[in-house]
Amino acid sequence: MAVTPREAPAREVWSIRVRGTVQGVGFRPFVHRLASGLGLDGTVRNVDGDVVVEVAGPADTLAALVRALREQPPQHAVVAHVTVTRGGDAGALGAGFTVALSTSAATTRPGFAGLPVDLATCDDCIRELFDPADRRYRYPFVNCTACGPRATIVDALPYDRARTAMAGFALCAACAAEYADPTDRRFHAEPVACPACGPRLSWRPAGEASDPGATSEEALAAAVATIAAGGTVAVKGLGGYQLVCDATDTAAVHRLRTRKRRLRKPFAVMVVDTAAAGVLARISPAELRLLTGPARPIVLLATHPGAPTALASGVHPGTDRVGLFLPGTPLHHLLLRALARPLVVTSGNLSDEPIAIDDTDATARLAPVADGFLLHDRPIRARYDDSVVRVIGGRRFTVRRARGYAPDPLPLPVATDRSILAVGAQLKHTFTLARADRALVGPHGGSLDDADALAAFHATLGQLTRLHRFTPDVLAHDLHPGYLSTRYAAGQPPGLRRVPVQHHHAHVVSCAAENGVRGPFLGVAYDGLGLGADGTLWGGELLLASYTGFRRLGRFGTAPLPGGEAAVRRPARMALGYLLGGEFAVPAGPAAGFLGRMPSAERDTIARMVARGVNSPHTSSAGRLFDAMSSLLGICDDADYEGEAAVLLEAAAAASGGTEPLPWRLTEVDGLWVYDWSGTLTAALERARAGTPPSELAAGFHATIVAVTVALCVRAAEQTGVTAVCLSGGCMQNRILASRLLTELGTAGLTGHLNHDVPANDGGISYGQAVVAAATCDEGG
Amino acid sequence: LGHGSGGQLSAELIGDVLVPALGSAAPAGALEDAAVVPIDGVDVVLSTDAYVVSPLFFPGGDIGALAVHGTVNDLAMRAALPVALAVAYVVEEGFPLADLRRVAASVGAAARAAGVPVVTGDTKVVGRGAADGLYVVTTGVGQRLAGAAPSATGAAPGDAVLLSGPIGSHGTTILSVREGLGFDADICSDTQPLHRLVAAMVDAGGDAVHALRDPTRGGIASALNEIAVTSGVGIEIDEQALPVPAPVQAACEILGLDPAHVANEGCLVAFVAAHRADAVLAAMRSRPEGRAAVNIGTVRDTEPGRVVVRTSVGSRRILDMLVGEQLPRIC
Ligand SMILES: [Fe+3]
Ligand SMILES: [Mg+2]
Ligand SMILES: [Zn+2]
Ligand SMILES: [Zn+2]
Repeated sequence: MAVTPREAPAREVWSIRVRGTVQGVGFRPFVHRLASGLGLDGTVRNVDGDVVVEVAGPADTLAALVRALREQPPQHAVVAHVTVTRGGDAGALGAGFTVALSTSAATTRPGFAGLPVDLATCDDCIRELFDPADRRYRYPFVNCTACGPRATIVDALPYDRARTAMAGFALCAACAAEYADPTDRRFHAEPVACPACGPRLSWRPAGEASDPGATSEEALAAAVATIAAGGTVAVKGLGGYQLVCDATDTAAVHRLRTRKRRLRKPFAVMVVDTAAAGVLARISPAELRLLTGPARPIVLLATHPGAPTALASGVHPGTDRVGLFLPGTPLHHLLLRALARPLVVTSGNLSDEPIAIDDTDATARLAPVADGFLLHDRPIRARYDDSVVRVIGGRRFTVRRARGYAPDPLPLPVATDRSILAVGAQLKHTFTLARADRALVGPHGGSLDDADALAAFHATLGQLTRLHRFTPDVLAHDLHPGYLSTRYAAGQPPGLRRVPVQHHHAHVVSCAAENGVRGPFLGVAYDGLGLGADGTLWGGELLLASYTGFRRLGRFGTAPLPGGEAAVRRPARMALGYLLGGEFAVPAGPAAGFLGRMPSAERDTIARMVARGVNSPHTSSAGRLFDAMSSLLGICDDADYEGEAAVLLEAAAAASGGTEPLPWRLTEVDGLWVYDWSGTLTAALERARAGTPPSELAAGFHATIVAVTVALCVRAAEQTGVTAVCLSGGCMQNRILASRLLTELGTAGLTGHLNHDVPANDGGISYGQAVVAAATCDEGG
Repeated sequence: LGHGSGGQLSAELIGDVLVPALGSAAPAGALEDAAVVPIDGVDVVLSTDAYVVSPLFFPGGDIGALAVHGTVNDLAMRAALPVALAVAYVVEEGFPLADLRRVAASVGAAARAAGVPVVTGDTKVVGRGAADGLYVVTTGVGQRLAGAAPSATGAAPGDAVLLSGPIGSHGTTILSVREGLGFDADICSDTQPLHRLVAAMVDAGGDAVHALRDPTRGGIASALNEIAVTSGVGIEIDEQALPVPAPVQAACEILGLDPAHVANEGCLVAFVAAHRADAVLAAMRSRPEGRAAVNIGTVRDTEPGRVVVRTSVGSRRILDMLVGEQLPRIC
């Protein structure tokens, strides 16, 4: 007969479910330490993406546990929700606290759980890395539950070592003990490794076989020597190969540019720490948080104005922005410390190809570019390029969402009972899987007209659908019949439901959805080109939109693209298009100077093409107007990379800082408000001829677009009563434009929203498509 | 209807509308530009084409020459020599008689040069506006050469892809004349009959000549894509091996056209088993029509249905068929 003393507090059984970012971040050891310390009995385990604690003890102690779970989670954990269910069989839990095996209940909650993102090396591991007394001293693969590879090594879920690229590395006794010890930082750190049992580096000089006898230290030393001597090394990084050279060596940077055939597109630069970053750029607190955060993205930063820079002139020619990032793996820490200078670290690919991940493929493809290869024997299971972010309006603005961010699921504002595959656009391609209340946006995948990028799309889609047991029954796609994503959708079995989504609708919905904008909203979509609902090319659009549909309220005046894509590559052609065949006329006088500057054969042929409509489709694009202005001001006639003309125009405007708009007007055409740009272009040409510096006119142009946009939105708000404005499209990557729009829309009594997690460029299209598809199917439409 | 430019949309029009309407009268197997019709054990080859080119006269040729060469070449792509042609004219009321004479003379000259009689025909005059000047419809009957049976389904992994001559001249010339762009001072149409070239190729390669295609509308990109799909193979082309005359290249650059999408009327692509490729190439080069013949790529068993161009940078760009008018895909 058991007698419970009356004084003893009642023993209760609670089941605590913790939702958020709680896997792959040391959450179970944390719970174990906490619960053991409180003298509670029970278990903790991963269930799909959540952590479930079944625990018995006095009620107030249990409450203390829940408080601690909420208030002091591990460094990289995010606790979104804690739910407590009371009651249960205390006896079944036994005595003491243990960590139980992961269980998968994919059938009970169909989200996208259990595939954590890669995390930058934590401070504890860095200390060990540089502690001569530590057994992992200078070990390039040191990691723990708070850091290390995740998404890039996973074969299958749930996330356990046996189902990762680490399965082939048998733990040594010391590592095995750490892995099994609930009090250790490496308890169930799936990629745990040490010099005795883990992956090793190897070195392969270009054109030779690697030397299997060399130690990791020798391989690293060879790479360091090659870079120090001005060479380029292909380094096997976390989510793919990177090309690395000395960012302070003009000849080295030039050689890399020549070999990669990348003339001017800025290179990202890795620096050893925040102090070194501060030498190269001005860093706000928000930027510092991103730079040092666990995702370790490339952060686009403003350089110190007027100051000489340590970087070679070829690193980011013509712009006042430099993409900096800090080492995110122990290998990068070792490289940066050894070389003690900023390094160019750029994707290991040629032009638009996807980043190489396979050793054989990389050593073949990158052979013409690299002087040597720093390899290792831990396979890369999934391709995650380096992410790129910038700060606009004090918040993160994602330009390229990949390593460290993808494949973290994003909220889906309208939950769906379907399985939706949104196939995205063509450039900066991503796809999105959506089910329940979650959208999984795949990592950045490049331009689909590259055969290897298309193959990578198929491979990544295959991997993520397999991991998450995802079989799509709805396909969302763009209207453009030539996008290889649309063609992919067309080639799928006819039984699948199809939801075609207009390009700019997808853009603005992506913004609305991630900002939690529910009812109807005004959508401002400014980008290069996308196919409109009327079969013409759009790109400077004001929409009244919801998640299921939209009405076009306004647009930019149109101009022909002489030669189609050729006009995108050469902004000077676009300028000719506006001057010679635009919807509005620019007087001959002001235009004469620019026309005279153009090669006569090109000018005359383009005049004829425009007049006869030969391969010169018209577009209402805002991006093309930025291009044209850039050329009209003599800033950029030919673009080496997508968006260069606009990037340089923004840089010129930033150097002036003026806010006085050039002349502009809104007119009405076929029931739409249309921005007539003729006054803007005319004034810019006239003032340039009169000696106004291009930078001042560039600033004036930015101010004009802001004024036009605010005026369009105010009119629309008056007519519709809608005050939320969702700003998206590639042009919103322009910080001057985006941040001023936020401010001035606010001044006008409207609320502007920008994209944050999802790129405003075409990398965000798939997410927008998924949201539209979810909402459309939800309506039973 | 916007299906004029000979790419993806025409293919859909044929596949979705025209062929299904035939029901049991539809051709069995893959669609080809010419059909093999066995009559009493003899393989007769039949082809028909409507010619609606504008302008009617252009440097290097006219609609009459085109109407002969096009049909002769369609027969030749099934390894057939032309036996007889039938020609029908649809003439708009008010069309200048002198021009009609000129076209008819051109038909005669081209037929004589090709060594094929025009055995029958038809003429219809339609009201003003019911036609744009003049259309010509040509039907041809051919007899198959012994030893080869090339078909659009015949390309096989390992085959060499041979191209008989430079690309892009015809389409660029037509566009230049029609729109008054001035490039036609340096460029003329390549229109010519290819049946003698094919005879030489079959002589050298026999049944190793797996597939032949004349890259007319939609250019070499369409021709290669059609073969890739119909044969269920992947095709990889070396960009640097593609012969594009310098003036054509310059014109295409300014017009924003890919020479691979521009129409030709005097060249062919051949898919030839690797072991006979050199012999066939040599035979091609021995003929004036094939003097500049080159090996441009290979057939693979990977990426079936897809044509990939290896660029000078070393990347692999997908070469697509045109989708209607060229719509930029860049955002
Ligand atoms: Fe876009
Ligand atoms: Mg034909
Ligand atoms: Zn760590
Ligand atoms: Zn070990």
